[in-house]
Parts: sequence; structure tokens; C-alpha cells
Amino acid sequence: MIQAVSVPALLAPLITSLVDVRSPQFASNTTEVLAMLAEIDVLLDTAAAGGGPKSHARLAERGKLPVRERIALVLDPDSPFLEVSGLAAFDSDYTVGGGCVVGIGVVAGVECVIFAFDPSVLGGAMTPYVVKKWMRAIEISRDNRLPYISFVESAGADLRKGDDESSSGRRAAKTDHFAESGRFFYEMTELSKLGIPSVCVVFGSSTAGGAYQPGLSDYNIFIKEQSKVFLAGPPLVKMATGEDSDDESLGGAQMHAEVSGLADYLADDEHDALRLCREVVSHLNWRKHGASPTLRADEPVYDNQELLGLIGRDLRVPVDVREVIARVVDGSRFEEFKPRFGTTMVTGWASLHGYPIGIVGNNGTIFPDAAQKAAHFIQLCNQQDIPLVFLQNITGFMVGKEYERDGIIKKGSQMVNAVSNSTVPHLTIIVGSSYGAGTYGMSGRAFGNRFTFIWPQSKIAVMGPKQIAGVMSIVRRAQAARAGIPFDEDADRRTVERAESEQEAGSLALQATGAISDDGIIDPRDTRAVLGLCLSIVHNRAVRGAEGFGVFRL
Amino acid sequence: MNPITTLLIANRGEISCRISRTARDMGIRTVAVYVEADTAALHVKQADDAVLLAGGSYLDGAAVLAACEATGANAVHPGYGFLSENAGFAQSVLDAGLIWVGPPPAAVAAMGDKLAAKRLAVTAGVPTLPSSDDPTNADSVGYPLLVKAAAGGGGKGMRVVNAPDELADAVAAAQREALSGFGDSRVFLERYVARSRHVEIQILGDTHGTVVHLGERECSIQRRHQKVIEESPSPVVDATMRAEMGAAAIALAEQLGYYSAGTVEFLVDDAPDASGRRPFWFLEVNTRLQVEHPVTELVTGLNLVREQLLVAMGMPLGFGQNSVVFTGHAIEARLYAEDAVAGFLPATGTLHAFEPATTPTVRWDSGVEAGSIVTTNFDPMLAKVIAHGPTRADAALRLALALERTHIAGVTTNRDVLVSTLRHTAFLAGDTTTDFFERHDPDRSRPLAHDTKRRAGIGAALWLQGNNRADAPVLNQLTTGWRNSRMPDQKTTFAIDDEEVTVSYHARRDGSFLVDGTTVTRLISWTPGGVDAEVGGRRIRARITATGDRLVVNDGAGDIDLRVVPRFSLPGDTPTPGGLTAPMPGRVLNVLIEVGDSVTRGQVLMILEAMKMEHRITAPADGVVMSIPAVSGDQVQLGAVLVTLAVRTSG
Repeated sequence: MIQAVSVPALLAPLITSLVDVRSPQFASNTTEVLAMLAEIDVLLDTAAAGGGPKSHARLAERGKLPVRERIALVLDPDSPFLEVSGLAAFDSDYTVGGGCVVGIGVVAGVECVIFAFDPSVLGGAMTPYVVKKWMRAIEISRDNRLPYISFVESAGADLRKGDDESSSGRRAAKTDHFAESGRFFYEMTELSKLGIPSVCVVFGSSTAGGAYQPGLSDYNIFIKEQSKVFLAGPPLVKMATGEDSDDESLGGAQMHAEVSGLADYLADDEHDALRLCREVVSHLNWRKHGASPTLRADEPVYDNQELLGLIGRDLRVPVDVREVIARVVDGSRFEEFKPRFGTTMVTGWASLHGYPIGIVGNNGTIFPDAAQKAAHFIQLCNQQDIPLVFLQNITGFMVGKEYERDGIIKKGSQMVNAVSNSTVPHLTIIVGSSYGAGTYGMSGRAFGNRFTFIWPQSKIAVMGPKQIAGVMSIVRRAQAARAGIPFDEDADRRTVERAESEQEAGSLALQATGAISDDGIIDPRDTRAVLGLCLSIVHNRAVRGAEGFGVFRL
Repeated sequence: MNPITTLLIANRGEISCRISRTARDMGIRTVAVYVEADTAALHVKQADDAVLLAGGSYLDGAAVLAACEATGANAVHPGYGFLSENAGFAQSVLDAGLIWVGPPPAAVAAMGDKLAAKRLAVTAGVPTLPSSDDPTNADSVGYPLLVKAAAGGGGKGMRVVNAPDELADAVAAAQREALSGFGDSRVFLERYVARSRHVEIQILGDTHGTVVHLGERECSIQRRHQKVIEESPSPVVDATMRAEMGAAAIALAEQLGYYSAGTVEFLVDDAPDASGRRPFWFLEVNTRLQVEHPVTELVTGLNLVREQLLVAMGMPLGFGQNSVVFTGHAIEARLYAEDAVAGFLPATGTLHAFEPATTPTVRWDSGVEAGSIVTTNFDPMLAKVIAHGPTRADAALRLALALERTHIAGVTTNRDVLVSTLRHTAFLAGDTTTDFFERHDPDRSRPLAHDTKRRAGIGAALWLQGNNRADAPVLNQLTTGWRNSRMPDQKTTFAIDDEEVTVSYHARRDGSFLVDGTTVTRLISWTPGGVDAEVGGRRIRARITATGDRLVVNDGAGDIDLRVVPRFSLPGDTPTPGGLTAPMPGRVLNVLIEVGDSVTRGQVLMILEAMKMEHRITAPADGVVMSIPAVSGDQVQLGAVLVTLAVRTSG
């Protein structure tokens, strides 16, 4: 419902946009970003196609719905759905999307995490990508206190792993599969202990280790003549004990509903199972522990279409992060903290979809004073239980003699300390560069933020491609000098060029998102929507700042 | 002059409201009466004071008199029906020293008995149809004939008999209905004129000896022997015939010493005789204000209730026959709560919406409002809609347009058949005989092209979408159906008539919707009451009312009923196989079979009584009676299972 106008607005001035939206630069940036989005659109189509039409046709013959139909049916009509890591496994030997769908949607009025195997991809086999997305789904559920819904239908472990024919070359994922997948037993019981309900709908086979998915869920819904859950299938049982058995008597839905008691609800078919799933969520008596929006949630005064033109492919062109803030927060209102101090860091308060937020944004390299300002600001937000939004466009902490003497390490550590020990939810959007320690310091994935979403033009790496290639060149030159070997300038130029382009390719947003090192690439125009969704999600848990000390004025 | 200061209206529904309005305009305080079921009724709200008839009946004359005493009412207007033609009651009003707004009780008594009325007509030289007071002797009448209740009216207790062997059954049925309807089982036989028109003359007299006629009304368009559309003037009555009929009516009135408003009904043979004249016969006199009096009001400019009240106060009419001038043409349509498709069976329910069209301007005499509950306790008429225009076509088209623009939800009405009748070429040509429905069979429901259904479906789906967003407990700031990946479209399926219409859509970044993957649709506005959407370049402005899974969408050309097909079917949704359900709410009169009986197709299994009419529940196919959930005397709701049959499959 649109909020009544009587809801008070945050008392903060309107950001005055200074960017020329009619400039050629703005137009070319827009063109570049739209081209990237077009490429992503194609990949999203590919991901949605899963195992392809033949595979889907085979499932349809058996009366099975495609995974996305299942999700669409369980969601409340017309409610939003935020998919997480939809382009996982990009540029790998695995199907884009990674063979499963993870997202947050509204079921019976409750925000829930949904983890669903896509049976059209390798029969729902547990590939390394499936496992990583799965663990991320449970993490989102646990950290944000969201009910966890799983749609289980899995062929089990991906036994092809290591098979040269299907998986080879440098692009093969390196993530350990077996050890990590065992983690879910623990994670599932932890969810339950935390009072976070888990609802498991078994759409097909869930065998061996997979059988513990329903085994460790709070609620199980099995489908007549479709769900099959057993530790060992008929062939293995025959081998182990000599006993003859069949799927239905060994682990059929009816048996589990009537005899073993593993199934709590027996559904007639998939539709019926989804209906039951909605009913179960409906009875959870779910109450969010965080506050509801309290402030006026009017749209920004600037057109969000303009978010496309602020940052182009070339991340060296500077952009004032306030221009991003102006197109994302309620009414473009922003009350800036310490605007004249440590000016490469922009800090201040705003509201988004009516939720109060603190914003930490980069306007260039982090100088010592900028780091201290951020640390101070983060402490203030913790004092007042205000969630933080980090807008990353960061090449790193400033280096050089003057800055070492000014204590960049000490002051940078103050910021890292503040970010790490902050207990209010952190939401991170990477809008441009995300290099080096800056990635971490600006509450990157490694710092336990709640969500990380990235813009398509962003680049994430240990340092910029030019810097890496240049550093390597200097190192080689020094080695040659020490060894007294003449330095081959031509060879070095070629090496630098190759290294630079490899680094560039490796730092691209799609690479990061393919490796599931973030929660997904978003259309810059969706930034407000995504942050709004995330803010609502994080408020399922109480928002509470760090306690113990007062604010250290740094 | 004996002024009326407080008028008790011994009636309900639209006529009580209508009388109340005029009385108030004349500075008269009004008192309504009501029974328990009408506690929240419109007529109670519209009066200045209201009294509960504790006995539960509008026929309770003693309670009405007590209400007059309690409220200080010094006059009683009976409206039509109920006590309006009860001479004993009229007399008791006068005996109580109150003013009776109506004709002299003696005239009421004389005309109340149709057999006596006919004799009086013969004396007055008015032509009458051959008839027999002895229902077993049809010799002087001939076939086809009509069995009529002596105390009847409104089609109740009436039966057409085509051959002698049907006579005994028809008489028995008519007697049963007459007894339950009027407390008087007497019936008589009368010649049945196959193709006839019902034309009646409005008379108005004062207590000073003046009687004028206000021209005729033609009320030929009927269903189940009850009037549906009435008009003035009649398309077949010319000045000469009007003068002739008027003179006959006045002659009769004068013989009765009649005053106040009354109606002399005639049957007109549709076939002109050799001289080009259509013969007419006296039928009966209605000693009250008629339902259809507004058409006369619109063509004469008179307010008949006002005239009745003035006459009752002892005032002279103040005008003579020559002053009565007829202007233009007026048509009235009776809006009934009934299912025309299912043979005009009465319908019940709560009027979730009742929004009479305000343009084009027509007169609405309504007895209901949004929220009114329509039961089978009373006559199913919801309102009368009356249009006036320079020509008959003007009036008919204006009335049809107003009806289709009217938004009604919750109760099935005859609106669609009224609209199709008013626009029917035969109706516009004036071919209005009492068997109009049988001969011309106008559409009983609005014919809906697939495209019309689809557009209504799209409007409804986007409206529901808006409801869903408005009601969302979380994330309501987000754009509708927001996605950051490829997900299937939102889908809503509606059942419209027997067709299922699925609307799939997703919102696009520019705020528009792509519907069914092809049609760009812009939602111009959404309100809790409807939508304005541009569907593929064409606007649909829909007024929408929802109740449960039912939606009523008025797209400007009438209401369309949609049922939302749920995304998930619930266990137990499937209907009882072989179950025969009640076609209307009513009472089980007679169960003619027992469990285990073999029955043949068409065999009468049960008799249901509703609206004082009998309805037969017949076997749809040969089979065996498996169970009989309903027993004799049960009050059953629409759709209740009465009998279950195991249908015998042939061969």
C-alpha cells in the first residue's frame, strides 16, 4: 500500500545532481551498459532454459512442472522474487545457473528463501555449483531469519566429476564438492535450532545423503507416486543384503506418509504439493523481529534510467557517488556526515522504501582521514541500529610515503575493525571498481555482509589490470637486473599486454558472479528495488548494533 | 379538506420508497412498517419512522392499525399487493377514523372477486371473454382455455389448458397455488386468446364524482404470466380505440362509484378483424396503484401518488378529461432478481453492488441498494427503470443503454434479457404480444464474443493484481511481480460462461504490462472499484465488484460474471456425481421416489415449491435412486443436492 503522506520524511536535504545527463559521455556510458545488459539478458534466458527443451519435454511427459513454474506457483501472485546467483557457473563447463534456483520470494505473506533443484539439468545432480548456491541459500536463511523452503529432486552426487570427457581444462570448478555438501546436515539442524522453519517438498528422488534433506527439515511434503526417498535404492539393497525391493515399497511417498512417518503431508500431485507448502508457511505465525518502515518512501526525484549513464566501461572516469545515491534513496534526500572531512569517503543518512539507512560510498581512493571517517560513521549507525549500505567504487587504500607516515595501515585497520565488528546488516552494491583491500574494507563478501549485488560494468580483483601487469613488469626488470641479464623490452611489452587483458577479463563482473562470489549482477536501474527488497529481508531478524563501547571519535 | 399529516405505508420495497418520496415532498411525515427480514431494508431507512410487524407478515392488518396508533399516523397507503385489495382491511382503516388512500372498500370488494367483476362488466356493457365459473365444465369456453384463480393476480394460480384431458390436473395445481397464495382456492375457466396483448386503462377519480382516464398502458411483454416491460402509449392503440376503451373503463368506474387510482385491464386480440379494428375484452379491475403506473406519470406529467393523496384528503381532481394530454412515449422495465437463462427462476443473494446508471437520465424506482439481501420471502423485483422520450424508439434505446450501464453484483438479474428485448427489431416494430418471449426468444444473457471475454479477463486480472499489491503484507513498495531473472508470467484463469480465459502477464520496466506475450497493456488507473486500462490500444473502463472468487465486471456494455479459477484445487471441490441440485431456493413439497427406485428419463422425482410456484425435479436420464438427501418439508438452498442417481448406461 502506498504510504499515507502523513508519514514523516527524513529531515535531509535534496541532493543536487551536477551530472550532465545530455553529455556525449553520458550517452556513450548508457550505450555501453545497455550492451552489457543485453548480453546478460541472453545469459538469463540460457539459465532459465536449464537442461534445454528436450530435457523439459521429458519431465513434462511425466507430469512434472519446470522448476521455475514450481516456484512461480508457490509464490504469492504478483509478489516480487529476488533470484540469487542466477548466472552461477558462467564460463564454466556447467550449465549457466548452476542446475538449481535460489531466491527470496513471498509465500503466504512471508519472505522465504527458496532453494530448488532443476531436474532438467543433470537430473538435479549435486554439482559444485549446486552445493555452493545451496550453502548460500541456507546462509541467507540463517543470517536473515527467513523460513527455508527446498524443492528437492536430485539424482545425487555428480559422479561425472573428474571424468575427462565431460569435465576438463582450466575452466573446471575447483570447489571441493564432497566435504562441503556434507555441511548441509549441520546447517539444517542449526536452522531448526534457531527457530527458522524448513519446509521440504520432495518432487522426485532424494536418496542416500540427499535423503537427509527431508530427514532434517521441520516439515515434509511428499507427492504420491513421485517422491522417492531412501538411503539406498533397490539395486544397492540387493547388493548389500540380498533383499528384493521396489522404489514404492522402499521409499515411496505413500509408505513414508503411512508407515515411516518421514512425510507429514501426502500430496496428490505437484500442484497439490505447492498448495500444501503454502498452507504450511501460512501457519508458521511468522512475525518479523525487525521494525517496519517508518519513514516516507517517496520515489527519488531523479530518473532511475540515468543510473545507466553514470559509469561506463572505463572505470577510471571519476563519478561522484552522490549521483548514485540521488537516484536510489527516498526523495533523493541525503543528510551527509562530515562532508568536508576525508572527502574520498561519502557518509550519511537516508531512507530507502521507508527504512532508515546509513550509506558509505567511495569517491576515490581511501585516504587515512577517509578511513577514520568511515569507522566513526559505522560506529554511529551501530549505536542507533541503522542498517548500512556500502556503495563500492574503490581502487584501494592510498599508498605512498606520506600516507604510510599518516598511518594508512593504522587508520585503515580502524575502518576494517569497525566494518568487521559492526552487527547491523550490511548491504553492498559494487557499482564500479572493487580492488584490493578496498573490496574487503567496504564490506565485501568476505566480511559477512548480508547481500552483495554488482553492476554489470563493475570489476573485482586484487588490483587493477594495469597495476598488476605493471607491477609484474617492474618485478621482472628487477630480477633481470639482479641476475645481470639484459631485459627484453619487446617481450616485456607483450607480456604486459597479455597479462593486462587476462586480468581485465578475469576481473569482469560476469566472472565474479559465475564463481558465486556475489549474489548476482543487477540492472543499475533495479538498485533501489534490490536494496528495498534486501532491507525488508534483513528486518526479519532484529536489527541490533554492536554493544560494548561508546563511539570512538577517530 | 381533511389533511394527511402522517402517512403509514403498509408495504415494502420500491413502492414504499416511491410513496414515501412523494409524501415527503407534500410535507407529509411517513411511517414504514417492516418484518424481521426487512430490518435493514431501504424502505425502512427512507421513512421518517418505522414499526416492526412483530407477527412477521405485511398482511397483518391489525398490526398495521396498531402501528398507526403508535406513531400517530392518520392515513394508510397500502401500495400494491399485500393489503391493497383487502376490502375488509380498507374498511377497518376507515372504522379506526383514519384516512384510506385508495378506492371505496365496496369497490375493492366488488372487484376482488373476478367472477363478480365480470358480471358487473357485462352489466356496464363492456365486452368480456367466454368463461365458466365451474372449473369442471369447459363446454361454454372451448379450448385452449385458461384456469385462473378467482382471487388471483400476478400470474399465480394460472394454467393454460390445451386439451380436455389436461383440465383436471391443471385445475388441481391452480387450486393449490391459489390456496397457498391467496388463501382462496376458487378458480374459473376463461377463453384463452393465443396471440393477445395486455392493454389496461388507468383511471383516476375523486370523491366529488369526477372520473377521468389517463390513457392506456400496454403490458404484453411477460414471462411466467408476469409483466416485465410496460409502456404507454400502446403501439396498437390509436385515438379512437383509446377513447373507446377509456369510455368503457369510465363506465365501469362510475357504476362502482370509484375514486382514487385504479386500472381496468383488457385483453386485445393481436389480429385485427375485417374492419381493421382489434377486438378487446374486459379482464379485471385492479383497485389499487399498479406497479407500472410510472409510464402513465411520464406521458401525462401527473404524479399518481400525489393525486391519490389529494383525493384521499377530499380534494377535487381539479381537471377533466380534456385536460389530460399525452406527451411522448414511456417504457418501464422491471428489474427482477431472477435467472432468465434458467427459465426465469428467482435468484437470491446479497447485492454487493447496485449502481443504477445516472446517464442517460432515466427514472429509477428502486427498493434496494448495495448491501440489500434478496430472499425468496418476497417478490423478486429489485427496481423499475422507466425511460421517457419523444418517440417509442427513443425511450426503448435510452432504457436499454441505462440498463446495460448499470452495475449489479451478487444477485443474478433479468437485465440482459430486458436489454435484448428493448433492442429487438420485433419489439421496436411494436410486435409486442403476450407470447413475445416464446415467439422471438430474445437473448436471455448478453452474448459474449471471445474478445469481449478476454478484454474483461485482462481488466479483471490487472485489477486483481492491484488488489494483491495493495494487500501485500510485505514488500509492497516493489513494482508488481518484480523479477531480476526469467520467471513464468503471472497467470490468472477465469471461467466466463462455459469458457476458461487465462490471462498471463508481466510488468515491464516502463510500467506497462505485456499480456499473453503479445498485447501491450497500460494500466491507466486502478481503484478499489475498478480499472481503466488500455489493452492493445483500446480502452477498457471497468467497474468491478468482487465477492469471494466471483467478479462482476461492467465494461460499459453490461455486467460480465467471472469466476476466478483457483490456482490450486482443494480436496472436496468436486461435485457429487449424479447429484440433482435445487434449481432455486425453496421448500421440498413432495418426494415421489424412494432409494433404490428405478427411474426413467423425464420422470418427476420431487416437487419443489418456491415463490408460491411448483417446480418439478425430473430425472435427466434413466437410472437408480442412490440417495435422497432432501426430505419433504425441507427448506433448501440453491444448488443443494436433492437426489443422487446412478445413471444407467445404455448397452
